[in-house]
Amino acid sequence: MTTIDTTRITLPPAPLKGRGRLRRMSVPYFLALVGSAWMIILFLIPLISELLVSLMTGNVEAGYHLSWNFGVYAQLFGPHADVPYALFLGRSLLYGATATVITIIVGYPLAYFIAFRVKDRWKTPLLSLVMISFLVSFIIRTDMWVFLLGAQGPVISFLHGLHLVGPDFHLLGTSGAVIGGLAYNDLPFMVLPIYVALERIDPRIFEAGADLYGSPRAVFVKTTLPLSRSGIFSGILLVFIDCVGDPVNAQLLGGKATYTLGQAIQDVYLTQQLYNVAAALSTVLMVALGIILFAYARIFGTDNIEDLV
Amino acid sequence: MTQTVTGALAMDEAGIEPDDVRPAGPRERRRPGLPTIYWVVIGITLLPIVAMIAYSFNVAPHHRITYVWHGFTADYYLHLTDLAGLWQAFIVSIVVALASAAISVVVGTPLALALERFRFLGRRVVSGIVFVDIAAPSIVVGAASLSFFLTVNLHTGFLTILLVHVSFNIAYVVVTLRARLSGMGTVLEEAAADLGARPLTGFFAVTVPLLMPGIVASFLLALAMSIDDYVITSFVAGSSTTFPLFVYGVKTGLPPQVLCFGTIIFVVGLLLAFLNGAINRRGRG
Repeated sequence: MTTIDTTRITLPPAPLKGRGRLRRMSVPYFLALVGSAWMIILFLIPLISELLVSLMTGNVEAGYHLSWNFGVYAQLFGPHADVPYALFLGRSLLYGATATVITIIVGYPLAYFIAFRVKDRWKTPLLSLVMISFLVSFIIRTDMWVFLLGAQGPVISFLHGLHLVGPDFHLLGTSGAVIGGLAYNDLPFMVLPIYVALERIDPRIFEAGADLYGSPRAVFVKTTLPLSRSGIFSGILLVFIDCVGDPVNAQLLGGKATYTLGQAIQDVYLTQQLYNVAAALSTVLMVALGIILFAYARIFGTDNIEDLV
Repeated sequence: MTQTVTGALAMDEAGIEPDDVRPAGPRERRRPGLPTIYWVVIGITLLPIVAMIAYSFNVAPHHRITYVWHGFTADYYLHLTDLAGLWQAFIVSIVVALASAAISVVVGTPLALALERFRFLGRRVVSGIVFVDIAAPSIVVGAASLSFFLTVNLHTGFLTILLVHVSFNIAYVVVTLRARLSGMGTVLEEAAADLGARPLTGFFAVTVPLLMPGIVASFLLALAMSIDDYVITSFVAGSSTTFPLFVYGVKTGLPPQVLCFGTIIFVVGLLLAFLNGAINRRGRG
């Protein structure tokens, strides 16, 4: 018996000729027209032209003109840069990577627990509970952490009460607070794709593994983990990109020593109004993310990246 | 019985003590490790939410939330409009969210159909744009959008917020609906065609009703994405202020009304999620 890919068959097998055929062929273009045009004009063109903006010179009053000023990149990231943007980029990448690793370490057991250790009817409620923070505005969520972690706040008081920390101990303004905020805000982005990948695994594989005298650990390392790789990769994609570019956690939970590239882009663009500099910084951010994720995909191997989101 | 015997023999040969071999399932189920991790994480997740709800009912003597509990009050819920700018920003956010969700569903549904059900020139390219739209960091999208609006001389404000929210929401709608469409298959549509339904009739009589839960889900997702967006909006808002922008702009401690609005969004979101779940369950049962 041959299997037919039904998803690709849409036309009834009636013969079509002339104008009818032409009309049929134009259907997908009509369907896709407005949406594609919207995204091309308002997303793709701005994204690509950002590269051109970075090569412009000028200022807000006199206007900007394209002068192919590639020197701006050396000026901003070279050894003689006035502002250490390379440091900010490195810090952003480090925060993003650390937060991503934390979401994997915390998120994987969560997804595993929901996928394999609870009855079917509890899966959706337990998964929803993980995502419940999405119902609270991102800024308020983070502001509430600022409130809770503050010097007179309950968390510090609790730690003081247990004599676990010294009198000068503080959380706000530290890298730890920023990374914690990033991991907190993005945890569901990691749990969800891993859960989806784990759900697809046929449980008989575990029985097979046990029948072959695989210890639970061996079964996990040799079957479960490799089979959930695509979920981990989607999670990394979502969490890492979001965390590296995020200015909010560093702004609200961090301090002077936690200044990130996301904050720099915002400040340079909106406060200093150096449009070409902001454009150059965001281009560098995009390229850095692109290289890292491409390298990751090549090293650890993955299926079609598009299928993962 | 024989199996046990041969199994024991095999283990004996391999030098394995029978006690070392245990079935993976039941034994592990008794371990409390995973549930403990789960509930600790959920506890941490709920911490700021509980704090938000609780402190929205706390008397705030200087109109800023304090750690000290001054007493229960629902006063701030009765005087939501007392704080200048906040409720206007909230209204802007609601309008942008509803409008952008509606437009992105209307524009995104046909696009999802085209991508999932047809082959056409440029399909892979459009599919790639949708992917990049979701993957691209907000900060870059925001900066790029503002550059674009400045270049084409479009005054930033309500309109530009709406335009940009639609363009990121289209991607979420397309991804949600494509997943739904690929799970649906085309058997019922083919049946409709076999029974003589014209393509348009078949579309409205079969495809749309089947797709409805997906459309509702993608509308709700778009709503949530729009109402919560701070980073992109901060670039293209001009002189307009949305709810997240207002909250972000508060420098010296949060006014209790902010927590009230946060709690209202939370409760409404919870109700919508429950309603959506209940309707889906009824539809299936």
